[in-house]
Amino acid sequence: MADLTTNFLGIQSPNPFWLASAPPTDKEYNVRRAFEAGWGGVVWKTLGAEGPPVVNVNGPRYGAIFGADRRLLGLNNIELITDRPLETNLEEITRVKKDYPDRAIIVSLMVPCEEAAWKAILPRVMETGADGIELNFGCPHGMAERGMGSAVGQVPEYIEMVTRWCKENYDKPVIVKLTPNITDVRFPARAAKAGGADAVSLINTINSITSVNLDAMAPEPMIGDKGTHGGYCGPAVKPIAMNMVAEISRCPQTNGLPISAIGGITTWRDAAEFMALGAGNVQVCTAAMTYGFKIVEEMISGLSQWMDEKGYTSTDEFIGMATPNVTDWQYLNLNAISKAVIDQDACIKCGRCYAACEDTSHQAIDMSEDRTFTVNDDECVACNLCVNVCPVDNCITMETMEPGLVDPRTGKTVTEEYANWTTHPNNPSAQAAE
Amino acid sequence: MAQGQTAPGIQAGRLSSDEIAGNFDDLHPAYAPHEAAVAADRCYFCYDAPCVTACPSDIDIPLFIRQIATGTPEAAARTIFDQNILGGMCARVCPTETLCEEVCVRETAEGKPVEIGRLQRFATDTLMTSGVHPFERAAATGKTVAVVGAGPAGLSCAHRLAMLGNDVVIYEARAKSGGLNEFGIAAYKSTNSFAEREVDWLLKIGGIRIETGKALGDALTLDGLKADHDAVFLSIGLTGVNALRVDGEDKDGVRDAVDFIADLRQADDLGALPVGRNVVVIGGGMTAIDAAVQSKLLGSENVTVAYRRGRDAMGASRFEQDLASSKGVKLMFNVQPIAVHGNGAAAEIELEYTSGTDGELSGTGETIRLTADQVFKAIGQTLEGAPDTVALDGRKIAVSGVGRTSVDGVWAGGDCAAGGDDLTVTAVAEGRDAAMDIHASLSA
Ligand SMILES: Cc1cc2nc3c(=O)[nH]c(=O)nc-3n(C[C@H](O)[C@H](O)[C@H](O)COP(=O)(O)OP(=O)(O)OC[C@H]3O[C@@H](n4cnc5c(N)ncnc54)[C@H](O)[C@@H]3O)c2cc1C
Ligand SMILES: Cc1cc2nc3c(=O)[nH]c(=O)nc-3n(C[C@H](O)[C@H](O)[C@H](O)COP(=O)(O)O)c2cc1C
Ligand code: SF4
Repeated sequence: MADLTTNFLGIQSPNPFWLASAPPTDKEYNVRRAFEAGWGGVVWKTLGAEGPPVVNVNGPRYGAIFGADRRLLGLNNIELITDRPLETNLEEITRVKKDYPDRAIIVSLMVPCEEAAWKAILPRVMETGADGIELNFGCPHGMAERGMGSAVGQVPEYIEMVTRWCKENYDKPVIVKLTPNITDVRFPARAAKAGGADAVSLINTINSITSVNLDAMAPEPMIGDKGTHGGYCGPAVKPIAMNMVAEISRCPQTNGLPISAIGGITTWRDAAEFMALGAGNVQVCTAAMTYGFKIVEEMISGLSQWMDEKGYTSTDEFIGMATPNVTDWQYLNLNAISKAVIDQDACIKCGRCYAACEDTSHQAIDMSEDRTFTVNDDECVACNLCVNVCPVDNCITMETMEPGLVDPRTGKTVTEEYANWTTHPNNPSAQAAE
Repeated sequence: MAQGQTAPGIQAGRLSSDEIAGNFDDLHPAYAPHEAAVAADRCYFCYDAPCVTACPSDIDIPLFIRQIATGTPEAAARTIFDQNILGGMCARVCPTETLCEEVCVRETAEGKPVEIGRLQRFATDTLMTSGVHPFERAAATGKTVAVVGAGPAGLSCAHRLAMLGNDVVIYEARAKSGGLNEFGIAAYKSTNSFAEREVDWLLKIGGIRIETGKALGDALTLDGLKADHDAVFLSIGLTGVNALRVDGEDKDGVRDAVDFIADLRQADDLGALPVGRNVVVIGGGMTAIDAAVQSKLLGSENVTVAYRRGRDAMGASRFEQDLASSKGVKLMFNVQPIAVHGNGAAAEIELEYTSGTDGELSGTGETIRLTADQVFKAIGQTLEGAPDTVALDGRKIAVSGVGRTSVDGVWAGGDCAAGGDDLTVTAVAEGRDAAMDIHASLSA
């Protein structure tokens, strides 16, 4: 079995699976159960400043999007940061850390955007023995209205300033948690780096309304007769989070800045994908909230099986391996040509590929009297839609055409030569190939 | 040429070899990967899942199904084998309709459970056909344990003990190991010599020696075993059979169902196995159903199961009953045998109707005669050959805790021990648990 031990910012954990700052890490009871279940670390539910804690709504705080069979795909919430006293949280963190020295405990923080507030809380966090802090610049509801959370995360100058305060007043690693509610995630990431952040973590939740109650004519979840936008998370946000991780990972200014990836991670494979894009570890919230802490067993067994199969002996060996292969559209090889191929033995004859291609793509799938579906290479542009709508895994595949063959669609011979849009004759600003 | 269903008496070769091959094909065929993906996707990953509670060997079912769903059936197999080293056989023979699948929340919701047994087979087949044995032995303890009987209980116990670093010698009376996996389970549940292949795979752990043809009671005594080993585990099953005690029981054509099934399981050519035109099976358990169904599959014209109580009291599950009916077996309830008639060989069986209140059964006086050139007795197996010094609880070996018998240093499990259902999976679980207890007490 591969060794999953991960070193993130010098913080060791037995595996790269941490629980994100959220209800699963809200108190000692949960965190102990999580560690017993096998989680490598936790980011404790965000703490606020000393004084009366925030209050949550007393009605529903979640909304959801479901796939077939009521499988939860996206979750939306209007919960605030911890609503328990600071003192209680700090005592609990101290106790749990003492009992689980081999697990990572990071304390998530969100206090007003004033240096005094940060200076006040940091020494108290230091006393708990926790391994580091995460600055919650991401919460998109409630706290943002009070000038915290994503209100800070949307202004790079504030990110840099608060990060610097923390680095000056706290000796252990500082992770900056980014909000996805911006247009280009590289700006806040650069600001975090400029402020001295040891790492960034992303994403926090995305502003959303999951559904509208058509009888009450209000967004759900409803508190009385009103609703508000909440933060969206779960499997549905994974593609958005992965792109943001990749952007930071491949940006020359932030490349090498450690990343803790968050957003829709549900299985070992999700985690491996984020790590291949440059994340040093991953954080999970919705999947644990949907299925309970036990899913980490599948994550551990799956990741180690895959690593064994690939011959990786440590997570460091594949972290960031996919980053160099993320590029801009303009650099994609326009001479790489493929065609869809349908495996007739695997085909269950549902005809979904036919409907998709015939109605919405390139009319490149033929259907016979006896429901045999075949690809017509004369028309196939290799868009991949048939592959994506087919319910059978691997029934339709994309096969690359070997150089020398003639693409029946264009009549042109396939060449080995690489050519992209920057040199294409149809590009008005094309530069001649050298 | 095939003799046909109506050929008189007890005849071999009633059906063509193709028909026989088709009839004895896998009862629950293996899933293709796509089918497994669809089936796995139906699991809700229940918390404290009822299926796990219902599994006598406590396999973490939601976890292994999720591992299949996420593309790692090998990890799923490991999850299964952690609890049940004969998870491959159990996937084929467990009456899941009365165990895990009965309590699946989707059975409750839709009357269609997640097909746990077939998913278990998918996972275990994937790992086993790759030839991998997923366990390694711990450092040697220097202890040796004698296991008597190489059935599911004995094999499971031996594997766990070997894994924990002990050396094991299994003494098996028969010439072949596997117990009822090899000699009892219906042929269409364990196809392609699976029982034998599973034993070979299990033994890859190392540290287990099987001595076949060595029965406790002959040259081998319990005292002798105790002297040569640090502990003894008895897993001798139930090798005796109950007698009918009716007139004509000794006529030709009347025999024990388990013997017929053992012959069937060991036959190289099922077409060469003789079976009656008119078969009557006496009994109501899994053995009765298996004997009846397999007679039918061999080409008998008329097969009747005669059971002395009502349908609900039958030991065989409703699924097994319906399987028998679907193959053309007739199920008769509330009848008991009173005589077998015939001149030397059986020709007819005479049954009397029964009525029963509060479990008390009595004949009503009304009788019926069925044509029967072959009569199979399947009215229960009994303990035979247990050492005299070991105390009994009713008709089985008394055990306390995890399989400790009344004799110090001697454990027992599986069908021969009191408590638990007589099922493969229960035998495996008892063998495993006894091994843990033996190991703990030897390391103490
Ligand atoms: C016809 C039939 C069909 C069945 N079908 C199913 C089914 O579909 N599903 C299911 O779950 N269960 C089924 N069962 C029950 C299941 O087979 C048993 O519960 C299970 O095999 C018990 O395992 P065991 O190891 O205790 O005993 P056994 O499998 O009986 O093994 C005992 C072993 O001990 C050996 N032995 C006996 N005496 C001695 C001795 N004195 N010295 C040395 N060795 C000895 C025997 O030769 C045998 O190998 C069936 C049983 C029968 C009879
Ligand atoms: C109910 C709820 C409360 C949350 N509270 C916090 C919080 O206090 N601090 C924080 O940094 N993130 C919070 N988050 C965001 C999560 O930590 C995480 O970034 C987000 O859910 C994306 O991960 P996921 O897709 O695995 O759920 C919360 C999420 C949910 C669902
Ligand atoms: S999960 Fe259900 S029971 Fe638990 S607090 Fe929420 S609404 Fe109440």
